[in-house]
Amino acid sequence: MTIAQQPEALNFECETGNYHTFCPISCVAWLYQKIEDSFFLVIGTKTCGYFLQNAMGVMIFAEPRYAMAELEEGDISAQLNDYEELKRLCLQIKRDRNPSVIVWIGTCTTEIIKTDLEGLAPKLEAEIGIPIVVARANGLDYAFTQGEDTVLAAMANRCPSKAPKALTETDKSDERNPIQKLLNFGKKKEEVIQEESEYVDHPPLILFGSLPDPVVTQLTLELKKQGIKVSGWLPAKRFTELPIIEEGYYVAGVNPFLSRTATTLMRRRKCKLIGAPFPIGPDGTRAWVEKICSVFGITPQGLDEREAQIWASLEDYVKLIRGKSVFFMGDNLLEISQARFLVRCGMMVHEVGIPYMDKRYQAAELALLEKTCQEMGVPLPKIVEKPDNYNQVQRIYELKPDLVITGMAHANPLEARGINTKWSVEFTFAQIHGFTNARDLLELVTRPLRRNNNLKDLGWDKLVKEEAKI
Amino acid sequence: MKLAYWMYAGPAHIGTLRVASSFKNVHAIMHAPLGDDYFNVMRSMLSREKNFTPVTTSVVDRNVLARGSQEKVVDNIIRKDAEEHPDLIVLTPTCTSSILQEDLHNFVERAQLEAKGDVMLADVNHYRFNELQAADRTLDQIVQYYIKKACKRDELPQGKTAKPSVNIIGNSTLGFHNNHDCTELKRLMADLGIEVNTIIPEGASVHDLKKLPQAWFNLVPYRELGLATANYLSEQFGTPYVDITPMGVVETARCIRKIQEVINAQGAEVNYEDFINEQTLYVSQAAWFSRSIDCQNLTGKKAVVFGDNTHAAGITKILSREMGIHVVWAGTYCKYDADWFREQVGEYCDEVLITDDHAEIGDAIARVEPSAIFGTQMERHVGKRLDIPCGVIASPIHVQNFPIGYKPFLGYEGTNQITDLIYNSFTLGMEDHLLEIFGGHDTKEVITKGISAESDLNWTKDGQAELNKIPGFVRGKVKRNTEKFARERGLKEINAEVLYAAKEAVGA
Ligand code: SF4
Repeated sequence: MTIAQQPEALNFECETGNYHTFCPISCVAWLYQKIEDSFFLVIGTKTCGYFLQNAMGVMIFAEPRYAMAELEEGDISAQLNDYEELKRLCLQIKRDRNPSVIVWIGTCTTEIIKTDLEGLAPKLEAEIGIPIVVARANGLDYAFTQGEDTVLAAMANRCPSKAPKALTETDKSDERNPIQKLLNFGKKKEEVIQEESEYVDHPPLILFGSLPDPVVTQLTLELKKQGIKVSGWLPAKRFTELPIIEEGYYVAGVNPFLSRTATTLMRRRKCKLIGAPFPIGPDGTRAWVEKICSVFGITPQGLDEREAQIWASLEDYVKLIRGKSVFFMGDNLLEISQARFLVRCGMMVHEVGIPYMDKRYQAAELALLEKTCQEMGVPLPKIVEKPDNYNQVQRIYELKPDLVITGMAHANPLEARGINTKWSVEFTFAQIHGFTNARDLLELVTRPLRRNNNLKDLGWDKLVKEEAKI
Repeated sequence: MKLAYWMYAGPAHIGTLRVASSFKNVHAIMHAPLGDDYFNVMRSMLSREKNFTPVTTSVVDRNVLARGSQEKVVDNIIRKDAEEHPDLIVLTPTCTSSILQEDLHNFVERAQLEAKGDVMLADVNHYRFNELQAADRTLDQIVQYYIKKACKRDELPQGKTAKPSVNIIGNSTLGFHNNHDCTELKRLMADLGIEVNTIIPEGASVHDLKKLPQAWFNLVPYRELGLATANYLSEQFGTPYVDITPMGVVETARCIRKIQEVINAQGAEVNYEDFINEQTLYVSQAAWFSRSIDCQNLTGKKAVVFGDNTHAAGITKILSREMGIHVVWAGTYCKYDADWFREQVGEYCDEVLITDDHAEIGDAIARVEPSAIFGTQMERHVGKRLDIPCGVIASPIHVQNFPIGYKPFLGYEGTNQITDLIYNSFTLGMEDHLLEIFGGHDTKEVITKGISAESDLNWTKDGQAELNKIPGFVRGKVKRNTEKFARERGLKEINAEVLYAAKEAVGA
């Protein structure tokens, strides 16, 4: 396909970094749910606690497996002994909850007062007999979803490195979960052998990124259709089930914000990273599967039809956004993948704000974005790293996009000024990966437009009197 | 270090931000890491603000740690000054700046040289104060700043207003039902023939602050926010203040009588007794409710109360003094002001609980087994777990506690609202209990699909007659439970005896 306008490259800019996002400690909210035998201890101040308490909403009342180790003045001035204090709290956690792992989340305060969490953890771990994983997910260094990245990077170092020698490949997963083996006694063996034959012979593949269990199953089955076996996920449902990672294993990311985890898997665990676009939207999912197939020398089967079928089922939603424009203010690092998907849906993207852009880890995704824009005949969006929300709002007033994807701090004020918004955080909690969830993704994107179609004759677009000032 | 899952009062900077963003055209700049501007989300979500929250961050990141934040803070202040022309920029320290120990005062002075608006540093230490204390201090600080400024420029208006007038001090953004309270207080003042001189901080301009001394008196409706300011104005200008929260019939009357006393001392010659009488008997329904059979049914029922000082004390007095309810314990999380609370509620409850540990409160609720709880969202959830209804009377609160409809807690309309809240909480519990007596909730085993499914069982005449005597809203439930009971015992016919045997079996 040839393009009407002259070929251009993606344009990257960097602003002041004065934007709204969630603190990366928010990752405990979804990770404690994902890793069922974990306990997350956030070592910080009331500020951190207040944020989590409010951001987690009703989850906080469900006795979450998370707590604050709230630092008091004595901790700051080093009148109290960090080790003794942490030991006291961790023993209490052990007694009350008996977790298989305690994850310490370092915060801004522990950074500034230079608490040596990495140094204290192994000692305490030996003393109390529970693994302690340290993740420095603070607001000085990271934004929102990058919190998960720091936790998974730390977990990557905890994955066992050798399968017990005597066991065959098939037995491995059983051995690591003896109870299940027991329960499946008698029938499991046969099934597995039968299943094994459905897979192509390829080197072990580990996927990384925390996704809700149904999505894990969906993506695993998607690869199975191509004869690809997923040997494990980082993270698994339980800390005790972290996958075995040996030198030479292949790894692939499912989310765009996992660059530290990818680096750790490559450098420390000597894995080979499959750099692919992310399985968000049917186009992304297809590209992701294709790339994995190509690395293993497999010719993908039936992907054309599968993708076409999904697109056909999305048509009623796509119709609503085709030809419309969108502006990403940027706060969760999913922006590039989403922009690429929405361009494929026929939207025009003005600007992709993003907290942090790892051009290497996201290379394949960026290339697909570029290619998609060319194929769809729309101009390439400007990618703005570390955006400045104030400037962005001025640009939004000028560009008048049909949809702004933004955080809750700006959503209501923009709506009051007649600008459609979608709250960005929902994309991180909703199930948006794979073919199966493409509709859910569009459900979110089109919701404000559908709402407006319902209300359009009321004449209530702008609900503020004076002209908007930020 | 302490293990904490839940906090009742937020960190200090939240208090400062609440006060700063309540004013018109005041901008707060937080000295904080990326991610600490969660206040903006709360304000935008909870109070559904149409305008952008006037709070930005001067971001503390790695570079700042290495080189200090002076230039950045100064630049950010000057930039905001140019972009939005606020009257005042409040530089707001956070827990992070508390330990960095940079000379923020100096940054403010530097920025002030270039900024057209005023610039100030909020004087709050994260490790010494919580949200409520910080709000009180910041309001006082801003008021003092502008009074002194006006003094220096000789712009302070002299003398009092011609007619009796009041400053209402303490309504702020994200405060529990504060906007409704504010409307109700304005109405009350109008009814009393008192002019409202200013209302701070919500909706006020800093330019109005120099008018504060012109009021005859100050009204401080909430214990937590405004007292420092009222004290300052009293010391500086001799302005008396009334700090009786007009919550409930008796306290509202007490507040009005105090106002009468205060303005009569300045020559107003008013008598509000008729007004109080009229309102109590005919406007507020609360006094009549106290006499009604509904309220009689609540006599001696057990309740517990927990919240901030203002609301927990107010509700405790209403329950005990105005409704004859047995308040087993009343508690507050305002530990720093515990003596006041004890003194206020001492005679209206068996026990006083001062704590900010939600687990302790949960245990105390479980131990007492009250018929209703009045507390924060946390207590509401404890109530859910224990199957006890809860009326929410204080922060921390959720978006449903920012109702769009008019729901003040103060003044005479407030007494009506509170009556509904209390009565509904108790009756909800009673209905539940009644359902229980007649055999359980839907969560139990379902035996037939539809509510009135065709039955293979035969109801005798007297059985049917007995069934019809059961109140309509539980009848279906009783019918199903009885049929289940009969089926389990292989009975083909249901008569009155079987019905009551079934009821007893479930009750056992
Ligand atoms: S930005 Fe820092 S201080 Fe603020 S909540 Fe996050 S870790 Fe805590």
